[in-house]
Amino acid sequence: MLSVFFYLFSTIAVLSAIMVIIAKNPVHSVFFLILTFFNATGLFILMGAEFLAMLLLVVYVGAVAVLFLFVIMMLNIDFNSLRTGMIKNAPLGLLIGAVLLGEIIFSYLGMKYGVAGTPGNELFVVLSEVENTRALGNVIYTDYIYLFQCAGLILLVAMVGAIVLTHRKRENVKKQDAVKQTLRNKSESIDVNEVEIGKGVNNV
Amino acid sequence: MYEITLTHYLILSSIIFTIGIFGVFLNRKNLIIILMSIELMLLAVNINFIAFSTHLNLIVGQVFALFVLTVAAAEAAIGLAILVVFFRSRGSIAVDDANSMKG
Repeated sequence: MLSVFFYLFSTIAVLSAIMVIIAKNPVHSVFFLILTFFNATGLFILMGAEFLAMLLLVVYVGAVAVLFLFVIMMLNIDFNSLRTGMIKNAPLGLLIGAVLLGEIIFSYLGMKYGVAGTPGNELFVVLSEVENTRALGNVIYTDYIYLFQCAGLILLVAMVGAIVLTHRKRENVKKQDAVKQTLRNKSESIDVNEVEIGKGVNNV
Repeated sequence: MYEITLTHYLILSSIIFTIGIFGVFLNRKNLIIILMSIELMLLAVNINFIAFSTHLNLIVGQVFALFVLTVAAAEAAIGLAILVVFFRSRGSIAVDDANSMKG
């Protein structure tokens, strides 16, 4: 039963991954990317990593894919012109891809599995008392706390970087300028005039 | 025969990784698809990490996959920001137009 689900998820994942790179419209590519991630989520659950599966859904489908969609829809790009040269580049890519895939698979087939008491290459989920999320929390908040905080810093830097990169100064927008406000002093902001009766004030 | 072993997952992840690399070669002009191909490659890496984590019954692999996920999200954000800036200055997103450094 598990193998049926494995083949289902992996087939759809591979097919939609292929569609990601050959789709005509980049919006379709994003949707196929989402499909790939959904099926990868299924595979993660089969492997017993429920927390990461849900994280993949939230982070990728909820944030990254939407970011891709926004960028594609905001930029006014003629995508047909970008597809020229696909046929020309395909043979080299196929060659390199086939060689790489062959090498990886050959190295897997020749690999000796089993480290310290787990012989063979069986893959089964060991059901323990502690559920996956709790087990993950037990280590990332204790043993890996510094790495966890580093991950937070990376996200902060990415956020600041993205804002700084895409921010642009626009003219004719009235904005509060804190430096200018605090550097104002009395002499240049208040002007005391003695107004004679019946004359009024002209050049203020 | 119908048992799913570690090798199945490893071969699946290597196929997805290769599709990612092939995507980079195939869409030499479209920077957005190249970024998506990089996301595919990182997904393959995550599948590998989690397969070994389950195989060895160690949670550490999942911790590392979590960090890969974080870095992938940060990379997508920065990459897309650079892409937007590049499109504003050049009016295209073709990789061949990124030649002002004469590399």
